[in-house]
Amino acid sequence: MNPDTLINILVATIAAGTPLVYAALGELIVEKSGVLNLGVEGMMLVGAISGFITMAKTGSLLLAVSCGMLAGALMSLAFAVLTLTLMANQVASGLALTIFGTGLSAFMGIDYTSVALGGVSKVDIPVLSHIPILGRLVFSYDILVYFSLVLLVCVIWFLYKTRAGLILKAIGESPKSGHALGFSVIGIRYLAVLFGGAMAGLGGVYLSVAYTPMWVEGMVAGRGWVALALVVFATWRPARVLVGAYLFGGVTIAQFHIQGFGIEIPSQILSMLPYLATILVLVFISRDKNLIRLNSPASLGITFHPENN
Amino acid sequence: MDSNDLKVNNSTLAGAAPRLELRDMTKIYPSVIANDSIDLKVAPGEIHAVLGENGAGKSTLMKAIYGVVKPDRGEILWEGKQLDIINPAYARKLGIGMVFQHFSLFETLTVAENISLAMDNKNDMETLCEEIITVSEKYGLPLDPKRMVHSLPVGLRQRVEIVRCLIQKPKLLIMDEPTSVLTPQAVRKMFETLRKLSQEGCSILYISHKLDEIQELCHTATIIRAGKVTGYAFPANETSASLARMMIGKELPVCTQDNPDLDGKNRLEVRCLCKTKSDQFGTNLNDISFTVRSGEILGIAGISGNGQRELTNAVVGEWLTPKPDDILICGKPAGHLDPGQRRKLGLGFVPEDRLGRGAVPGMNLMYNYLLTTHHHNLIKGGLICFKKAARFAKECVSSFDVKCGGIEDQITSLSGGNIQKFITGREILQNPDLIVMSQPTWGVDVGAANVIRQSIIDLRNKGTAVMVISEELDELFEICDRLMVIAKGHLSPSLNVCDTTKEEIGIWMSGMFPGGPVESMN
Amino acid sequence: MRYFSPLIAALLMLLSGLLIFTVLGKNPGIAFHAFFIEPINDFYGLGELIIKASPLMLIGVGLAIGFKANIWNIGAEGQLAMGAVFGGGIAIYFNESTSVFILPAMFAGGIIGGMFWASIPAFLKTRFNANEILVSLMLNYVAILILSLLVHGPWKDPHGYGFPQSVLFSESALLPVLIEGTRLHAGVIISFAAIGVGWIFLLKSFIGYQLQVSGLAINAAAYAGFNYKKMIWIGLLAGGLTSGIAGVSEIAGPIGQLLPSVSPGYGFAAIIVAYVGRLHPGGIFLSSLLMALLYLGGESGQMNLDLPSAVTGVFQGMLLFYLLAADFLINFRIRLKSNPSLKGINS
Repeated sequence: MNPDTLINILVATIAAGTPLVYAALGELIVEKSGVLNLGVEGMMLVGAISGFITMAKTGSLLLAVSCGMLAGALMSLAFAVLTLTLMANQVASGLALTIFGTGLSAFMGIDYTSVALGGVSKVDIPVLSHIPILGRLVFSYDILVYFSLVLLVCVIWFLYKTRAGLILKAIGESPKSGHALGFSVIGIRYLAVLFGGAMAGLGGVYLSVAYTPMWVEGMVAGRGWVALALVVFATWRPARVLVGAYLFGGVTIAQFHIQGFGIEIPSQILSMLPYLATILVLVFISRDKNLIRLNSPASLGITFHPENN
Repeated sequence: MDSNDLKVNNSTLAGAAPRLELRDMTKIYPSVIANDSIDLKVAPGEIHAVLGENGAGKSTLMKAIYGVVKPDRGEILWEGKQLDIINPAYARKLGIGMVFQHFSLFETLTVAENISLAMDNKNDMETLCEEIITVSEKYGLPLDPKRMVHSLPVGLRQRVEIVRCLIQKPKLLIMDEPTSVLTPQAVRKMFETLRKLSQEGCSILYISHKLDEIQELCHTATIIRAGKVTGYAFPANETSASLARMMIGKELPVCTQDNPDLDGKNRLEVRCLCKTKSDQFGTNLNDISFTVRSGEILGIAGISGNGQRELTNAVVGEWLTPKPDDILICGKPAGHLDPGQRRKLGLGFVPEDRLGRGAVPGMNLMYNYLLTTHHHNLIKGGLICFKKAARFAKECVSSFDVKCGGIEDQITSLSGGNIQKFITGREILQNPDLIVMSQPTWGVDVGAANVIRQSIIDLRNKGTAVMVISEELDELFEICDRLMVIAKGHLSPSLNVCDTTKEEIGIWMSGMFPGGPVESMN
Repeated sequence: MRYFSPLIAALLMLLSGLLIFTVLGKNPGIAFHAFFIEPINDFYGLGELIIKASPLMLIGVGLAIGFKANIWNIGAEGQLAMGAVFGGGIAIYFNESTSVFILPAMFAGGIIGGMFWASIPAFLKTRFNANEILVSLMLNYVAILILSLLVHGPWKDPHGYGFPQSVLFSESALLPVLIEGTRLHAGVIISFAAIGVGWIFLLKSFIGYQLQVSGLAINAAAYAGFNYKKMIWIGLLAGGLTSGIAGVSEIAGPIGQLLPSVSPGYGFAAIIVAYVGRLHPGGIFLSSLLMALLYLGGESGQMNLDLPSAVTGVFQGMLLFYLLAADFLINFRIRLKSNPSLKGINS
């Protein structure tokens, strides 16, 4: 294999994994607080179209990203009100969010179908980007890729080094105890859910503005669901989310290149691989009850009723 | 209590301004008045008991003091000044600490992290760890700050709760039923700690329904019944009988006992049962062997968390045992049978968790009746015979004096005592050959508890073999013929009730019985 | 009381619809008529309504059986596709035959296909404790890709001008039309029957009782000796069975062949149908009609009002949102009335 091809594959893998990094890190924080938001796909789509429209109209990446994040956060706000204040079932609400978001994004994107944008330029660091192999591999991505790494560091620091992160984990494990100690379980969960929505929106913007700078209805193509699986795959640890995101990104990329190696596999089989891989991983980690118990937020998905305590 | 304590008592009570005073405290919930115009005074250094049965309103009152619950009416005066305790953080700032009955700990975090969460000033972890070691040793409750809470046994977990308060140098310490998870020896140790605190000037509000402990430890007492204060007392000057009268309005009821039938056949045999725990939070069972005969009541005493759950699950079939004849029910091997199949052999079971296990919240009484009785010809061709089921359900309600509107009532609309009566009635009316009951009167009002205990005795007299698992030594001594103790998954030898005392059982509960695990209180 | 919330939700959805129409610059009255009345104005329209409602109520009943026991089958879309694959495969293989057994064989194939696909999450959950939501969800995409693979490849109609479609099914592989002048096909009868069977199963049978207990209080189910693993299998296979049948009904009915896509999201819409119908067969019947109307309205809106078809998804999502919100109001009032017992245990 041509070394150039290998580099191309690796670079594409990083790019393909980036939207997953955003969405999964966001959902990780949400789930750490004890809430299960299945609406990631819908939030990513709405973020994608909002960012796309903003980019098409203003040409400003900053505005597009902000808009996408805002859109995702607003969607998650509806979910938060339903599940945290009105105490509706989290699974049903998340599904409703996905269906609604899918329809809404298609709706918003009517006039923009198959419109192409210029894309986001790769960063150009004076010396580093021009180093022969390393330059392309490490120093030549667009800014959103680097930002996702910054986000990872922030999330790790937040969860393991700050008191706020400790409180979040405590609430996710036992909202009852947290409430008895005086923490606002509902308030903290609201913040977590909104953060998750913003991140999902950001992942969507990346897809529609940088990755394939074009809008197509339903372009998130199931990545939101993969992000959900990714959080479980990573046993709710941020660093593992990164690894998993690139793994899954890699599988998606592989399907384009395998045919180039003369292997005759229909594209559908290759498209299936990420989903099958997710199932395999899920089975692998779920069978160990202890692993799940020590690492997963114990109150995940269970509605919290303040007055019953 | 000796005369020195009495002197401290009187001087502190005499002239000092009360540390805490409650006036006209009232809290009303939609369906019950939890606190009705309660007045209370606690002086600095005073150990003040709040005495009352389950459901009397004690916990609600304490939550109001700690800022978890907002009272609807009334005043709180702290060191002479009236103020509103808006939340626990504010209460902690004032110097109020609370040790909860149901621990508010986070199992997947360390001791230090748990303690840090309850403190409001930002301490770095290293300093905090040192402080934890110092404070915990000072009060005789040593702790390792770096251990994860889920690896601690129940007694140590409570220590974390207590040290969490002590580290903030409280002026008032509220303890809600603190001894329900301790052996009698550990209770003595805790009392030493509390007396030390009291001598240092810390006031203590001690919530309990255990009369003997209150008489031993507390200077003063406020007695609450059904949300209202029924009296104030100096516990040392009262008898159990007089305190009980104030607490429940009448003498403690005594059940009628008949002589047990000692020639009955074995209804339950457990043979050398060994079971490794299924998860981190359980207890192994070690070589458990015992029998229960027709016409006798066997009591199993022990502090919760010592294997009772595992043992019960093995006997009733929610856990299958390695060999089918580890468990024999009415002589037949049953270790491999599920609960439904064991019921067909004649087993009945009243679990300690009412709603969510013994009964289904979200269903009415008739549907709940079906839960364990369906195999008595109530299913034909896969379909439920509703008319028949309704008849039996009505009979259950009337025989056991279950206060409700009818069998169409949602089970969650009944009080705890009535739910327990319903579940007990459902099991008993099936005329089981063997019945297992776990904490049969926990959280149940005295009247209902009496009905239940009497029904257990009546059942025994008819020839059923009864196995009762309970944390309440009083209850066990009242109704059982024989006693065994379970500690750390080991079962003690059997003793006839008339041949032993509560002290001996108390010692055995910490594992110090012949053949038991050697346990030092760590 | 519990049956009010669907009505409230439907009402709120309609009001929101009027708002959306106005915002889009359409006359709300005209738009409302075009969207909700126009499609069912005539006999043919009513037939179309029932055709669309048919798979929804069928799948909805199957899903409700699982949902009652807290078993979340999100894979109905994939199970429908697999049912179509198995059933369609038989139709294609026997395309030359005129045997009267073809149709029953296709339905048998559909049942096997749907149940097989649903058995995967059931197996993985009972054996490995894998979350059935994620597994069944992932399998949707796998199933649709398999269908696409077959229709683009080995099963492509050689005389189809290269389009990704299978041969048109022969007469003996098509469901007979029930009423002249409509497209109503015999598959509709199966759906109606499913409502009846579901009603007996869920409300009158002992297994239905076990499912309900398992969903409300899993510890009580263990206490009673109900086998939760059995519930998991029943809950998932019920959805697979009905989805598989629905898949065959679609390809042997309105579609008449295998295409890369044989369902406009019926599997997901059926989840909403089951929920809005309160997991009760009667409610499911009604809510399937409502959802079908939303589908038809979307098509009609696209043709007559220049509205994007995606508006259907918006309405469906809103309906579920409003239902969940309306539920809160109902539950809140119930909680206010009862519960001295819970206080007693905790205080």
